[in-house]
Amino acid sequence: MSEVLVLIDHVDGAVRKPTYELLTIAKRLGEPSAVFIGSSAQGAEVAEKVKQYGAEKVYVVDDAQIKGYLVAPKAEALQQLAEKTSPAAILIPSTSEGKEVAGRLAIKLESGLITDAVDVQGDGTTTQSVFAGNYTVQAKVTKGTPIITVKPNSAAPEESAGAGTVEEFAATISDSAKKAQIVASQPRKATGRPELTEAAIVVAGGRGTGGNFESVEGLADALGGAVGASRAAVDSGWIPHTFQIGQTGKTVSPQLYVATGISGAIQHRAGMQTSKTIVAVNKDEEAPIFELVDFGVVGDLHTVLPALTEEVTKRKG
Amino acid sequence: MNIVVCVKYVPDATADRQFESDKTVDRVGVDGLLSELDEYAVEQALQLKEKAGDDTLVTALCVGPEKAVDAVRKALQMGADEGVHVVDDAIAGSDAAATSLVLAKAIEKAGAETKVDLVVCGMASTDGVMSVIPAMLAERLDLPQVTLASVIETQGDQVRVKRDGDTATEVIGATMPLVLSVTDQSGEARYPSFKGIMAAKKKPLETWSLSDLGVDAGQVGLSVAWTEVQETTARPPRTAGEIVKDEDGSGATALAEFLASKKFI
Ligand SMILES: Cc1cc2nc3c(=O)[nH]c(=O)nc-3n(C[C@H](O)[C@H](O)[C@H](O)COP(=O)(O)OP(=O)(O)OC[C@H]3O[C@@H](n4cnc5c(N)ncnc54)[C@H](O)[C@@H]3O)c2cc1C
Ligand SMILES: Nc1ncnc2c1ncn2[C@@H]1O[C@H](COP(=O)(O)O)[C@@H](O)[C@H]1O
Repeated sequence: MSEVLVLIDHVDGAVRKPTYELLTIAKRLGEPSAVFIGSSAQGAEVAEKVKQYGAEKVYVVDDAQIKGYLVAPKAEALQQLAEKTSPAAILIPSTSEGKEVAGRLAIKLESGLITDAVDVQGDGTTTQSVFAGNYTVQAKVTKGTPIITVKPNSAAPEESAGAGTVEEFAATISDSAKKAQIVASQPRKATGRPELTEAAIVVAGGRGTGGNFESVEGLADALGGAVGASRAAVDSGWIPHTFQIGQTGKTVSPQLYVATGISGAIQHRAGMQTSKTIVAVNKDEEAPIFELVDFGVVGDLHTVLPALTEEVTKRKG
Repeated sequence: MNIVVCVKYVPDATADRQFESDKTVDRVGVDGLLSELDEYAVEQALQLKEKAGDDTLVTALCVGPEKAVDAVRKALQMGADEGVHVVDDAIAGSDAAATSLVLAKAIEKAGAETKVDLVVCGMASTDGVMSVIPAMLAERLDLPQVTLASVIETQGDQVRVKRDGDTATEVIGATMPLVLSVTDQSGEARYPSFKGIMAAKKKPLETWSLSDLGVDAGQVGLSVAWTEVQETTARPPRTAGEIVKDEDGSGATALAEFLASKKFI
């Protein structure tokens, strides 16, 4: 069976959950080989994790010549690995960095690229959600090695024991790939809440919060969810841009989406329309968000949210 | 400085977007416009010109069908100096890889006399939303890519940008020539003024075909795309659920009841 390369999504060696989803999907297509571009000192530790989700091989590409630069060196490393292994497919996490790596790799390998898949079948057919979630598209790569970027929550990670054989891979990084340098980097502060794109429950606040995100956070914590926001809330400086949901922010597809003080503009819908259950609190009964909801409350969020948080806490006991 | 801004003509996101029978995006039956996210790219190019002085040339470049010339015109009205519209029947249905090939060749042609220092793109097109063209262009042109910038500073040929990454806020540095993409956090785009609209009518606007670029028609278009759309399905509209009015604090209880019925609490 052919190998399927899976680029590991990690922060300083801490493997992120979408990696396990990608490995689960890779098994449908062939034999999963995880690719760790990071410090080779962490290779063994990472291999221990990914082999629990079926990684037969773990290619460790030391990032000494990679990490100080934008995506070009990563694309080079993957190209060389692909040339060595002739994989059946290459799966990459659908982050903004992942998509750029994939874009460069597609040109290098003269291979078709599909971005933002929410499902991949065994024959390589992908499912994507397009036009702000109004259409579902089935597509397939028809040339070269299929390169597919996969969104978080696209599969339930399935445990299965793989050999997890570590293999160091020495990539040759060209000088021209090292021209965009990361001069400074400030890691985001941990919030202690679930990652927005991975969360099962998201509570989002908009302009209607008037900047009162404590009640949004309070409800999120009571429900064990992540906090999100509309662009209006981000533009007002109430919350950093990483929490923005929508066309120019994150796309989320949780089990439950709670929109509070958000009108439901098309650009916002683009990022949350495929959520399983949607509820909203808005004081304007004409707000377009109510066209999407499974349950809506017309009311003032400043009173509804604290009362709801109390009710949730009480019921959870 | 020689700046090329890549602008895409897209179906209006607030209209009912749809697909053609060959499963390509309907670019004719739905009202189109300059992609809102590319307005930010035009804005940043114009700001760089204003800072660098008048010998900077900003060229708006669009690959798209006949009507796509509107996107170039809008960029000219905003203040770009020249426009290039690449149009050719053979391009219809091209995927990102082929589009990036045509754009790259057009950028090379635009820089045939004076080399292009900066290619500025939007963060994503509002129809395809792939966010891969800037990376593909950088790959094809063998240029550094500095993407998703929210703040851009230049000093001579040095470029520094700030960006909000997935896991960190970063400062990126590179030397021109390079490919830059900017986000909608980079600052509101200007509206064309009346003067700008009048001036745009006299600005040079060239139309190039594939043969002008030395691209073989067999390299682009739907039939040679590296990906194939097999099926498009309209998502059934969400049916509006129950809406209650919050009277005397009953709203919170009703919502809690609903969440409990769905086993969220
Ligand atoms: C190119 C482009 C990209 C964009 N990308 C995004 C994106 O990624 N994400 C995004 O969200 N937006 C995006 N937008 C912006 C989008 O068009 C809307 O402007 C934005 O979503 C509005 O945010 P909002 O719903 O919080 O604010 P508003 O539209 O102002 O709505 C506020 C709502 O709060 C309600 N409200 C007020 N007070 C209360 C109260 N006390 N209790 C309860 N309800 C109250 C009001 O009734 C109203 O419905 C984009 C726009 C453009 C042009
Ligand atoms: N057909 C096109 N003509 C000109 N520029 C384009 C075209 N397609 C994409 N671009 C540029 O590439 C950016 C990213 O597009 P995409 O990768 O399609 O999301 C856009 O914001 C534009 O700046």
